[in-house]
Amino acid sequence: MKKFVQSLMSGLAIALITSMVFTAFPATSSAALVQLPPLPYDYAALAPSIDAETMQLHHDKHHAGYITNLNAALEKYPALQNQSVESLLQNLDQVPEDVRKAIQNNGGGHVNHSMFWTIMKPDGGGQPTGTLATAIQSTFGSYEAFQEKFEKAGLSQFGSGWVWLVTNPQNQLQIISTANQDNPLMQGLYPIMGNDVWEHAYYLTYRNRRADYLKGWWNVANWDEIEKRFVSSANYSSANYNSVNYSSANY
Amino acid sequence: MAFTQSPLPYDPGALEAHNMSARTFEFHYGKHHAAYVTNLNNLVKDTPMADMPIEEVIKTSFGDADKVGIFNNAAQVWNHTFFWSSMKPDGGGTPTGDLAAKIDSDLGGFDKLKEAFKTAAATQFGSGWAWLVLDNGALKVTKTGNAENPLVHGQTPLLTLDVWEHAYYVDFQNRRPDFISNYLDQLVNWDFAAQNLAACS
Ligand SMILES: [Fe+2]
Ligand SMILES: [Fe+2]
Repeated sequence: MKKFVQSLMSGLAIALITSMVFTAFPATSSAALVQLPPLPYDYAALAPSIDAETMQLHHDKHHAGYITNLNAALEKYPALQNQSVESLLQNLDQVPEDVRKAIQNNGGGHVNHSMFWTIMKPDGGGQPTGTLATAIQSTFGSYEAFQEKFEKAGLSQFGSGWVWLVTNPQNQLQIISTANQDNPLMQGLYPIMGNDVWEHAYYLTYRNRRADYLKGWWNVANWDEIEKRFVSSANYSSANYNSVNYSSANY
Repeated sequence: MAFTQSPLPYDPGALEAHNMSARTFEFHYGKHHAAYVTNLNNLVKDTPMADMPIEEVIKTSFGDADKVGIFNNAAQVWNHTFFWSSMKPDGGGTPTGDLAAKIDSDLGGFDKLKEAFKTAAATQFGSGWAWLVLDNGALKVTKTGNAENPLVHGQTPLLTLDVWEHAYYVDFQNRRPDFISNYLDQLVNWDFAAQNLAACS
């Protein structure tokens, strides 16, 4: 047992060292490369809020494209494959400079879209319940006030980006928007839910009318999943916010 | 005096045979470009900027945290007007005359320019623009994010391509590289770039 712990420890030390040194060498295994998660429902399942062709292109082309580019960066630095993409985003300053932007954009693109598919569902909508409902009520005054603020933030994000409901390190709810594929984890915030306001998310159905897309999107919101994320955000903040070293061992 | 939307230099269906549809213009010119004009006028109403040339509005508001909305809309009004003129029916082909000579001497030839332009347009992550500019007397290929344009960097724009998704999603969906190749092969207006270059000398 002792020997096992020792070898485990030295293994961790090696993982730590390689993750700090980031020596480039050819990948011996692609096991830790990222794979496209399957869409949890049919392409047409979210219509009419989101049409089938948009879902297909969005998942099979856009999300897949981010993964191709992310994996190209991860293949260059196999040590990065020991960490979750989320932890890479949290510690971008520790990622080698020549792939940092690629990880930010494509790692963000992967994490954002992976969440996005799960926080939607056919016949979604309604309202949040439980602790999330209470937190929304106390933070924004009412569910309707929250919706209005979320839509407004999504509408004002100029160019490509996302609008988010996040928790801060004090586990308080906030609405923010980010540019391009930037994820709230990059600024120490935990993403509870996010809506994609890149034009590819809505152009086939809504064209230039982003406000209509944001309104229609509530009908496919998967509040069960969003509430789960809110509950786990409490663990996230107490476990990880004050931890300085994000070693590969934690992920 | 309000800012107005310049008329399209060709019929909205004129590029249809070259893979930019009338439907794209219906929204790109009729909705997106028009909205930037409306927003700009609303934002500068009853301020000194309402009477400035639009280039001055762009340069003055750039980098001013209180004037982000003015900058974004003014630059997008200008960029789109410039973009419409950067294309023509039966465009494409190769540059001639002084522009061709300068492309050879500054960029290593037309093929190199096309390669550089394709790369700039394809790698602008998110919304933005690809440009051919004159920078301190030399030709350069650049890209900018969102509404930003070469005017704020002291460069002279000669040609542009809009790579916001709204520019190509109706006709090409996610296939931005195809949209870029189509622009260079069938749409680009080298006469416009040559005129802009001539105006600098
Ligand atoms: Fe997206
Ligand atoms: Fe545009």
